[in-house]
Amino acid sequence: MDIYLLEAILNGVMLGGLLALLALGLNLIFGVIDVVWICYVELVMGGMYAIYWLHAVYAWPFLLACVVAIALVALFGLILHRLIIEPILGSAPINQLLATGGMLFFLQSFATLLFGTDFRNVGIRLPIIELGEIDLSFARLLAFVTALVGALGLYLFLARTYLGTAIRAIAQDREIMGLMGVDQRRIYLITSAIGGGLAGLAACLLVLQYDVHPFIGLTFGPITFMICVLGGLGNMFGGVVAAFLMSQIISIVGFYFSVELSYVLAFVLFIVLIVLRPRGILAR
Amino acid sequence: MTEARIAAAVGLAALVALPFLLQTDSYYLHIVIQVLLLGLIYTAWGFMGRFGLVSLGHGAFMGVGAYTSSLLWNLYGLTPWLGIPAGMALTAVLALIIGYPCFHLKIVGHYFALVTLALGQVVALLIIAARDVTGGSLGMTPRAVGTSWVALQFQNRLQFYFIALALWLAVLGVRAWVSRGMRRAALEAIGEDETAAEAAGIDVLREKLRVFVISAVITAAGGSIFAQYIMYLNPETVAGVGISLQIVFAAIAGGMYSALGPTVGALLTLSLTEFLRVLFGTNFIGAANTIYGILLILFIIFMPRGILGVAERLLERRPRAQTAPAE
Repeated sequence: MDIYLLEAILNGVMLGGLLALLALGLNLIFGVIDVVWICYVELVMGGMYAIYWLHAVYAWPFLLACVVAIALVALFGLILHRLIIEPILGSAPINQLLATGGMLFFLQSFATLLFGTDFRNVGIRLPIIELGEIDLSFARLLAFVTALVGALGLYLFLARTYLGTAIRAIAQDREIMGLMGVDQRRIYLITSAIGGGLAGLAACLLVLQYDVHPFIGLTFGPITFMICVLGGLGNMFGGVVAAFLMSQIISIVGFYFSVELSYVLAFVLFIVLIVLRPRGILAR
Repeated sequence: MTEARIAAAVGLAALVALPFLLQTDSYYLHIVIQVLLLGLIYTAWGFMGRFGLVSLGHGAFMGVGAYTSSLLWNLYGLTPWLGIPAGMALTAVLALIIGYPCFHLKIVGHYFALVTLALGQVVALLIIAARDVTGGSLGMTPRAVGTSWVALQFQNRLQFYFIALALWLAVLGVRAWVSRGMRRAALEAIGEDETAAEAAGIDVLREKLRVFVISAVITAAGGSIFAQYIMYLNPETVAGVGISLQIVFAAIAGGMYSALGPTVGALLTLSLTEFLRVLFGTNFIGAANTIYGILLILFIIFMPRGILGVAERLLERRPRAQTAPAE
């Protein structure tokens, strides 16, 4: 087997972990609150800028900067829900998607206004791991492992804690849970904060591999939405499967042809699959 | 009704007289032409948007229209008079390929929005990938030949103004036709509850497909003419996610339920952009879109019917005032 192809496949697996983490937060929000945060990757961008400023400019330790960034983005998620989603929860679902679309415009252009269109690098160079003849970026491996740990943590939280059970129950039947004494509003706020926190975690991992710029959301946004829909909106396990499927397509086609073509193929495949299986690849 | 007719006649006369009041190389005329061309695209988006069929991929149709006519002209010297219909035909096929399975399998709401978002990405990325002919991200320019009706290029803005005006009026006419009588009732019923509409004997698939294809084809034509006027095409400005969202938001801000709403949206967004550009120069790139983003959020929360929608409602409350355009 071609050693470079193997490297492409491995890189695809690493990318898959990162995409899965991105999809996870979005899926949680959709599954519980029934809202699509179209500005989700812009929250990640905000987290990346926070880490950049704290670490590269104010010289905070990287891990501390990451923790603060996660807290900030979680807070932002909470505020986003409280100020924008809550007032229009009762209106047509598409309105909520469009309101977060306004937030996308705002975050993108506000970042341009504040920081300009420069590409900024946090300035951490992690070593390259050599596995025989295969070069593997340590940053990617770290991202992959952390993403998996994050996903596992979320799973345990949802499966094992009282709050997690309440969140899952709301996702299944929002009318009944209110009658059973679950404070729906509080659950929504907590879910939004967790979704924001996951975006912050993704920011910590992305900032090690990519430069920050105001339009980074356009690079990762569309593919993240495709993955969520493909896995079945709200279906977290499906999202993880779809993330690895898409990342392999991107890596392998990108290896044989070109990066643009690999994304084109990924999106075309998305359209075909969604038409064949409108409720996601894992739908029964 | 007669008062509405008089208002429409006066408005039309003012629009016809406008370019003669301004100088033909005027900056304002340039803005008005763009408002009309973008306004007709936004109006076309509203055809389906107001029945709950939200497309986040109209940039794809604009891009297919603009690139088809411009490439045919640059590569084969084919006149835009044939190139634009070719782009429209291609767009119709594309809309059918996407629309038929989506509507057949009842892909609605978020899912439809995200499928069309993917479509916009596919078209933008294909344009970038085919950089040998399209110039990729750097964009391309239609081959300039000075003033020529064959090439649909004019040194003078006057011709473009009247072309844009005629097209804009035609699209308003199509809007009236699409939303006439039973058709409109059928589409409204579909927007409210598809299953119930189906049970009431409405051919949901056909109605939705029809309005989707009409909307897409007009958007393609608008994209072509816009490229002819600006004489520059770029995958970011005529295809892709950015322009697709811009279409959606301008239409909503102006009011997609009103005939003139999307055009008001075009006027509002373009004036805001230009005003801030003049005010700040290029020091504050992003200022316009920052304000734009906040306004959109506020619009969706407080005025989901848009500016014109609210204005019309206010006018209706006053018993004697019937000057609002008849819906």
